[in-house]
Amino acid sequence: MATQATYLGMPLDLNDLDVENVAYFKHCAAHDFHLQKCGACGLLRYPPTTACPWCASPRSDWVKVEGKGEVHSYSEVHHAIQPAFKAHTPYLILLVDLDTQKGKPTEHESLRVVGNLVTPDGTLAPPDSVRRVGIGTRVRMVFSDVAPGLAIPQWTIDEGAAQPAKPWRYPQE
Amino acid sequence: MAMPAETDATSPKHLRDKYAIVGVGETTYTRGSGVTTRALGTWAVRNAIEDAGLKPSDVDGVLSYQSGDSTFSTFIAGDLGIRPNFYMDVFGGGSSTEALVGMAMGLIEAGMCKVVVIFRAMNGFSQVRIGGTGARAVAPVSGDMLHSRAYGWQSAGQMFSLTFMRHMYDYGTRPEQVAAVKAIHSEHASNNPKAFYKQRFTVEDVLKSRIICKPLHLLDCCVETDNGTALVVTSAERARDCRHPRTLIRGVVGRCNKPRTDMHYQHGPISTVAGKYAREILWPNAGVGPEDVDITGSYDAFTFTTMLQLEDYGFCKKGDGGAYVSDGTIRLGGRRPNNTSGGHLCEGYTHGLNMVIENVRQLRHDADDSCPMGPDGKRQHTYDYREGGCRQVKKCEVSANMGWANPGTGSAMVMRNE
Repeated sequence: MATQATYLGMPLDLNDLDVENVAYFKHCAAHDFHLQKCGACGLLRYPPTTACPWCASPRSDWVKVEGKGEVHSYSEVHHAIQPAFKAHTPYLILLVDLDTQKGKPTEHESLRVVGNLVTPDGTLAPPDSVRRVGIGTRVRMVFSDVAPGLAIPQWTIDEGAAQPAKPWRYPQE
Repeated sequence: MAMPAETDATSPKHLRDKYAIVGVGETTYTRGSGVTTRALGTWAVRNAIEDAGLKPSDVDGVLSYQSGDSTFSTFIAGDLGIRPNFYMDVFGGGSSTEALVGMAMGLIEAGMCKVVVIFRAMNGFSQVRIGGTGARAVAPVSGDMLHSRAYGWQSAGQMFSLTFMRHMYDYGTRPEQVAAVKAIHSEHASNNPKAFYKQRFTVEDVLKSRIICKPLHLLDCCVETDNGTALVVTSAERARDCRHPRTLIRGVVGRCNKPRTDMHYQHGPISTVAGKYAREILWPNAGVGPEDVDITGSYDAFTFTTMLQLEDYGFCKKGDGGAYVSDGTIRLGGRRPNNTSGGHLCEGYTHGLNMVIENVRQLRHDADDSCPMGPDGKRQHTYDYREGGCRQVKKCEVSANMGWANPGTGSAMVMRNE
């Protein structure tokens, strides 16, 4: 069965034909982060794909991956496009380097997973949290539940990790 | 400048100067055209054919680009009495212009066509807005969009900002350096009677405008407009019979990509854009380098996109883009002016095509500014670049256009005059 749900005013549609995304979000719904591990070269990949971007092999297995990493870049959105996001501005879009497989297969690559900054329960973070986060902030993955059988991965500040004294933030505050 | 003799027929280099852009045309840049994209396209193509001194019956190829927001080539052809030997409407935005010029050259080279027109027609303000508001905001989120749009990561500004922000982090690029792009392009637009925004802005104005999504202020973002734009491409031989002095195509690179085109942020440095790869094709094909170029047209959907491309195509050292765009080089009267029409930031938004039109006119020494007409019907350019004055670049022999789809995809073209 295709999964259709509404999240922050947006209709989400997970189509049955989209088998890689169906598998990915099935794990997310269980608050469990899995990525495909190539059956030939052994590299993980994100986002889900039919073949391996590194060696083109179609063989892969879903394996559990630790949802921890560091903010590689971000945008702080003040003018939301989607109406339901307007109540949450400013919100952060984070691009996070996972610790797992960082700098592989070459120094230029990492598994860079997108998400918003959220509170540990998965709602978009309030302004005082937004102001704490910049490039270098340590984050951990949590999930925003959308509907039964569908959740999306998100990021929250990893309060248990050693944080940079001053993460890099856009200079004009 | 003297161009090297060309004898190497075993590589794309043998196409240097073999094709030309002979006609350019557009409609008024408005917010509220009051007509369909079919009408806009018809007018733009008609104007370009007329500018070339050709008739619709001389044209036998029609190419266009769009993203589900425009009319198709067959309608424009039919409305103008063109019987195409080839037509194609491709999906895409700002990386399409130069890519389609390359395809037009290929069509003529293959003997499939003789004269090809390329158009882009859009009601980018009054119908389908690129920013993603209106009709696009309510479309279901599925497939790859589940990894982007679901996070409120949708508009071009939102999508590109991760690259922009990381460039500031990696190289210390400052907001006021990048804001200079808007200030300078607005000076150029003030000398362009057809620009949508003719008002001059300062760096301060940009920095004081409201934040849209960091690092973008409102005035770092281009204007959305309604307009049609068109080019006519034919052989350099055929171009001898056309109305204007020839604008010869030195070389093109089309839709060149970074690795992991599907989600280019997987490959770093994310502060590097597709120009890094495209320049390895563009400059050898064109037989010139950045130092030979007199004017540039670097896609300014945002101030940052102009800066990133000029840097990665090699107009300055990697990381020095902020200094390059703010030290006066890209201003009229400077060493290498950029977007002398005001570009997307000020003239109007048409997915790159208007920057090619502008450079064709510059190379003809025929920028349509407010300088007086001489007895020969040509403008008597004053080279006085004060507000409301001239915008013709005095020494203008070689141009470079750099189109942008996103940080991971770009196209480019070098042209010259005789």
